[in-house]
Amino acid sequence: MKGKNRFRREYAGRAVVTAFGIFMIAVTFAIGIFLAYKGLGTFTTYKHSLMEFLFSAHWNPADDFQGGGAVGAAIFIVGSLSTCGLALLIVVPFSLASAIFLTEISPRFGAHFFQPAIEIFVGIPSVVYGWVGTSVLVPAIRKAFHLQVGYGVLAASLVLAVMIYPSITTVAADAIRSVPQGYREASYGMGSTRWQTIRRIVLPNAKSGILTGIILGLARAFGEALAVAMVIGQMKAFPRNIFSPTSNLTATIAADMGGAAEGGEYNTALWTIALLLFFISLLFIFLIHLVSGKVEHSNEK
Amino acid sequence: MKSEPEMNRISRRNRTTDRFMTGIFYAVAGFILLLLLAFVGYTLYNGFAGFTPDMLSFTAEGVGNQLFNTVYLVILALLISVPAGILAGIYLSEYAQDTKMTRFIRICVETLSSLPSIVIGLFGYLVFILMTHARWNLLAGALAVSILCLPLITITTVDAFRALPAEYKEGSLALGATHWESIVHMLLPACIPRIMTGVILAAGRGFGEAAALLYTAGMSTDLNWSNWNLTSPTCPLNPMRPGETLALQIWASRTESIAANSTQIANLCSAILILMVLGFSILARALSRHLDKKATGTAQ
Repeated sequence: MKGKNRFRREYAGRAVVTAFGIFMIAVTFAIGIFLAYKGLGTFTTYKHSLMEFLFSAHWNPADDFQGGGAVGAAIFIVGSLSTCGLALLIVVPFSLASAIFLTEISPRFGAHFFQPAIEIFVGIPSVVYGWVGTSVLVPAIRKAFHLQVGYGVLAASLVLAVMIYPSITTVAADAIRSVPQGYREASYGMGSTRWQTIRRIVLPNAKSGILTGIILGLARAFGEALAVAMVIGQMKAFPRNIFSPTSNLTATIAADMGGAAEGGEYNTALWTIALLLFFISLLFIFLIHLVSGKVEHSNEK
Repeated sequence: MKSEPEMNRISRRNRTTDRFMTGIFYAVAGFILLLLLAFVGYTLYNGFAGFTPDMLSFTAEGVGNQLFNTVYLVILALLISVPAGILAGIYLSEYAQDTKMTRFIRICVETLSSLPSIVIGLFGYLVFILMTHARWNLLAGALAVSILCLPLITITTVDAFRALPAEYKEGSLALGATHWESIVHMLLPACIPRIMTGVILAAGRGFGEAAALLYTAGMSTDLNWSNWNLTSPTCPLNPMRPGETLALQIWASRTESIAANSTQIANLCSAILILMVLGFSILARALSRHLDKKATGTAQ
C-alpha cells in the first residue's frame, strides 16, 4: 500500500520525464540515421566515391535508377563557404561594435531601445529577408555596379549578414557583460581611456564568448535555405567574383528535391547533401565545445 | 622616462582616439536602428500600399486561407512540442545527474537546435510523408515545426528551473512533499511565465518557417469553408490536407509566379508576418517585464 503510494507520488512522474529526456536522444538519432540511410545510397547503390562528391565540380546526376551521372558537389560547397565567409566579414565588425555599444557605451539606451530592436531582427522570418532581398537589394546591386543581373554571391552574403547579425551581437554582448567589473575599474584606475579599456582589457577577456557567437552565426548562415536560394541566382557554376551568380548546398536541395524521382540517383545525391549539412552542424557544435571548454580550463589554472 | 610635453601629447592622442571610437560606436548603433526602421517601414508600407480587402479573402486570390493555415499549423506544432519540451526540460534540470548520459542528452539538444531547418524538413518529408504513403499534409508540417521548437522550449525550461531560488524546493521538501510533488505543485507553476516567453519565441519561429514546410505541408491549399466534414480534403480543420502557409506563399511567388498580382500578394504576406513578429515581440517583452516586477516587487 505504501509502496504503491510512493510510486504514484514520485516514480511515475520521474519515469515520464526520464522517457522524454531519452526521447530527445531518439529524435536526434532518428534524424541522423534516416539521413545516413538515404544519403549513403550515393556511395553504396550508385558507387560514387566520397572524393568525387566533395571535390569534383561536375554535378549532373541522372534522374533515374540506373545512375551513371556525376555527383560532384564542389560548386555548392564553395558557394556555401564563399557566401558565409563574406557574410561573416561584413557582419562581425558591426556585431562587435553593437555589442560594445550595448554594454560599455550606453547600457541604458541599449537596454531600452537597442536590445528590443535586435530582438525584432531575430524574429523576422528568413523568407521575408529573402523577399526584400530580391525586390530591393538585387535591383540595387544591379544598378550600382552596372551588372546584367544583381543575383549572386554579394546579394546572398548581404542577406545572410543581416540574418546572423542579431545572433552574433547577442552572444557577444553577453560575453562582454560577464567580464568582471573589477577589471574595468583597475584599468580606469591606472588612467586608461574607455577605448583603451575596451581594446586591451574587455575584448581579450571576452574573446572565447565572442568566438562562440561567431560560430553560432556561421552555423545559422550555413543552414539557411530559402532566403539564400532567392538571391544567389542558382547557377551551377563556380563564382568568378563576388557578383557572379552561383548556388549553395541548401538552395540546391530546396530547388531540386521536389522534381527528382524518389530513390533515383539525383534524389539520392540531394540526400547526401543533406547528410553533409548534418555533419557540418555536428562540426559546429564540436567547435563550440572546444572553444568554451578551453575557457573553463584556463579559468581553473 | 619620457619628458612631460611628450607625455601630454600621448595622453591627448589617447583621448582623441577614445572620442573617435566612441563616435564610431554611436554611428554603428544609429545605422543599425535606421536599417531596422527602414526595413520594417518599407515592408509594411509596400504590403499595405496596394491593399484591397479581397486580398485577405478566403479564396484563391486572397491570403486568408494561408493565414488560417499558418495559425492552425503553429497551434498543432505547439500542442506537440510544448509538453514534450517541458517534460524533457524538467528531466534535464531536476533529475539528471551529471553523468555521461546527461551530457549526451545536452549535446543532442544542442545539435537539434543547430540543425538547418531544411534538413529537418527533409527528415519530416521522409518519415511523415514517404513512409506513411500520405500526400503533403498539415500534420506532417506541424510535426516538422515541432522538432524545430522542441530544443528551444527544452532550453527555456531548463533555464527557468535553474533561475528559481533553492528555497522553493527546500521548503516544499521540508514539508514532506516528494521531489515530483515539489516540481508539479511548487516549481513548475513558478516557472510558467518564463516558459511562456520561450513558447512565444517558438511560436514566432513557427510562423515564419518555410524551409521545413516545403516538402511536408505542401505548396497548395484548397479550402471549402462550408465543409465541416473532418475527413474531407477541403475541410479547413482537417489536419491531413495540404496547407500552404504565408511564408511558403512568399517563396512560391518568387519561384512560380503565375498569378498577376503575386508580387503584391508576397508583399502583403511579408507585411503580415512582420506585424506578427512585432506583436509577438511586444507580448514577450510585456510578459518578462511583468515577471521582473513580480520578482523584485518594484513598479518601474
